[in-house]
Amino acid sequence: MEAATTKCRCGLEAELEKVLAAHEGKKEDLIEVLYWVQKNYGYVPKEVQVVISEKMKVPLSTVYDVITFYHLFSLKPKGKYEISVCNGTACHLRGAPFILKSFEKELGIKPQDTTGDNMFSLGLIRCLGACAVAPNISINSEPHGRMEPELVTKIVKALKEKSKLADCIE
Amino acid sequence: MKKIKSVNELVKFKEIVLEKIKERQYGGKTTIVVRMGTCGIAAGARDVMMAMIDEMDKRNISGVIITQAGCAGICDHEPMLEVIKPGNPQVIYGDLDEEKVRRIVVDHVINGQVVEDWVLGQKAS
Amino acid sequence: MRCYRAHVLVCAGSACVTLGCHPVKEAILEGIKRHRLEEEIKVVETGCMGFCEQGPLIVVYPEGVMYCRVQAEDAAVIVSEHLLKGRVVERLLYRDTDTNKPIPFMKDQPSLSKQIKVAMRNAGFINPEDIEEYIANEGYFALAKVLSGMSPEAVINEIKDSGLRGRGGAGFLTGSKWEFTNKAQGAQKYVVCNGDEGVPGVFMDRSILEGDPHSVIEAMAIAGYAIGADQGYVYVRAEYPLAVEKLRHAINQAREYGFLGYNILGTGFSFELNIRVGAGAFVCGEETALLASIEGRRGTPKPRPPFPANKGLWGAPTLINNVETLASIPPIILKGSDWYASMGTEKSKGTKVFALTGRIKRPGLIEVPMGMPLREIIYDIGGGVLNNKKLKAVLAGGPVGGFIPADYLDVSMDYESVAELGTLIGSGSLSVIDEDTCVVDLVKFFMEFSCEESCGKCTPCREGLKRMLEILTRVTEGKGQERDIEDLERLSDFIKNTALCGLGQAAPSPVLSMLRYFRPEFEAHIRDKHCPASVCAALLDSPCQSA
Ligand SMILES: Cc1cc2nc3c(=O)[nH]c(=O)nc-3n(C[C@H](O)[C@H](O)[C@H](O)COP(=O)(O)O)c2cc1C
Ligand code: FES
Repeated sequence: MEAATTKCRCGLEAELEKVLAAHEGKKEDLIEVLYWVQKNYGYVPKEVQVVISEKMKVPLSTVYDVITFYHLFSLKPKGKYEISVCNGTACHLRGAPFILKSFEKELGIKPQDTTGDNMFSLGLIRCLGACAVAPNISINSEPHGRMEPELVTKIVKALKEKSKLADCIE
Repeated sequence: MKKIKSVNELVKFKEIVLEKIKERQYGGKTTIVVRMGTCGIAAGARDVMMAMIDEMDKRNISGVIITQAGCAGICDHEPMLEVIKPGNPQVIYGDLDEEKVRRIVVDHVINGQVVEDWVLGQKAS
Repeated sequence: MRCYRAHVLVCAGSACVTLGCHPVKEAILEGIKRHRLEEEIKVVETGCMGFCEQGPLIVVYPEGVMYCRVQAEDAAVIVSEHLLKGRVVERLLYRDTDTNKPIPFMKDQPSLSKQIKVAMRNAGFINPEDIEEYIANEGYFALAKVLSGMSPEAVINEIKDSGLRGRGGAGFLTGSKWEFTNKAQGAQKYVVCNGDEGVPGVFMDRSILEGDPHSVIEAMAIAGYAIGADQGYVYVRAEYPLAVEKLRHAINQAREYGFLGYNILGTGFSFELNIRVGAGAFVCGEETALLASIEGRRGTPKPRPPFPANKGLWGAPTLINNVETLASIPPIILKGSDWYASMGTEKSKGTKVFALTGRIKRPGLIEVPMGMPLREIIYDIGGGVLNNKKLKAVLAGGPVGGFIPADYLDVSMDYESVAELGTLIGSGSLSVIDEDTCVVDLVKFFMEFSCEESCGKCTPCREGLKRMLEILTRVTEGKGQERDIEDLERLSDFIKNTALCGLGQAAPSPVLSMLRYFRPEFEAHIRDKHCPASVCAALLDSPCQSA
């Protein structure tokens, strides 16, 4: 599982330059560039928006406009583990609201928030396309099906352990 | 892979690649069932199977399904196999080895001649 | 070409990935290695097989034995028993929901008995990453047929005669749309595939893109030839990373084999294809919003006309078709329009893929001739309601659709008959709800969806839907008033008639449908402050009663 990076941004600036160079002169690629930024930065920081606006010759207001329109982009940093509960029709009918409640309780945050230690963000998503095994959640874009409220505590605990382990290795 | 440059090339190419999925299509095809119970394997069914696949490959035979089944209960005649041709009785061969199986492929599977010497029995299908 | 005695097909559609099919595949490969069967057995990853609920799924050919809910731990026995010794592992077989009898062969699955697969003909059967398997199944033969002897007009007539209608929701005649775009003036034209699939609860487009991407590529090239375009875009939503990956791979392969690019099959026709990944917005499925998104802008719809057929991508004539629509094209070209038109009803021809979800025993994707009675779909194919509860209604069309109550279960599933009931076939979502579901709560949930997805450009949709949501919320909290019914009806009417795009125009549908079929239940919420299904928390008589 690849964690949304929020800590270390070493080297990212240089890579951003490269990405922007590859899309030079193509205003229509704005969403693609933002996609890359969201994936690598974990959000779209203000200073990056400015760089994109200058390099792609798109007004800053347009960049902001696009970011705020699409659910995928965020202006705030996300936690290390981004947990999204699917709230599509199929998942809703099979108990998604209970899954969400369990996560809210377990993490002590509401949807669209991040825990104080930047470890977890909670979000809602509309349909992962795996409706037949609803309810579904995704953890850093990795889908998990047949969720049950009872599993939530276990999942959160496992992620915490995993993160501790990763820190040790670092 | 070089580009397919004409409709004719595409038609020819399809015949070649059809091999890739033929195992997944049913019906109306010759089926060879190799007995692969523990006894069969112990008696060398694996070598028989490999020899058969090898021979089929060499002769570029298509449209034949090779599958396997468990012990038939007549273990002292292992390795065994059955050849089922649509519309013909099912032929059971026993006491096989690599040489024999290669001949079965040529005589029976390709040319339709049952190799009487090694037949254990026939069953109407 | 190497001959293997057995093929192990591992379903790697989204649902099975979600349930962990990759560790299973690894474990099987490892088992095969351990028994030194690599030379005899081939393991193939396929797209969605449609039995998602039973995933992770594995099918072993040539017998066609299907194993369900396979875990990595089960791999060892499948290898040592089935692959080595030819004994079927009974414990992993699918069991009939009523008799509990195991059903070993995929072809005998009860849910398959009434299905006819056209758009989904290859999904789950071939390896989507291997163009040669697609070719072996007559892939790119339709393109070859078109390029080597049919005029664009002949192609368009064939599609027109087939009666195929757009599967993206509106149900517009595909052949006519092709004709308009063909006749439109413009040096540059485009073909766009709508793979946004924003309606939650449907996943056929995902399944086709993941499991049979070449069928979409082939159809787009055919469409390009028919309308006179040499460029195409496939727009896929961001929530479908696997589909994007498979499609990208397939496009590269198609280029390599000469089915895309310059001078295809030596006929002088050239066609190029690009992918655009969406960024999460339901309204981007609407065609004008989708085009804006491809151009890198905020995905807000534009009033039509002008229709994209005349003024689309960068102002050029553009043909937009849905994934499922496109996937049906190659078989129509190969087998003829008569064959396709022989299925379905008089006005709704051919087959349609439905996604069965909700409180149903066998959720998944099914493809049936149009006009099949809903009862057959729910009971014969879907196995009936979960836990043998009482069916309350089937929700068609997702959050912008409406209810088909239990009393109308014999309705023929075609565009016209379903529209008469006040709902729509839409993209093919069928969600079953049972007696434990509160329709008011559900409709409120849909309204939340529509409010959130409203792009905000037009006032009726932006403000009107919000008012409707407020009323619905109030009602579920026990603060409903008598005039709320009238207000909802008035607002619905107004928004339906004045909203700019299909989103706003359709968003009030669930409310109207509820008021048409479940008015007593809604009135109970207002007058008696009672929720008959015991769902709305504020209206429960006492905690223990609903426990
Ligand atoms: C709000 C809204 C959302 C839509 N979402 C989709 C979608 O996700 N996928 C799709 O194929 N069509 C969608 N459509 C329909 C498209 O606008 C368009 O009609 C369709 O892509 C045309 O293709 P077809 O003729 O093959 O169906 C949507 C329409 C509206 C109004
Ligand atoms: S509704 Fe949750 S995956 Fe489709």
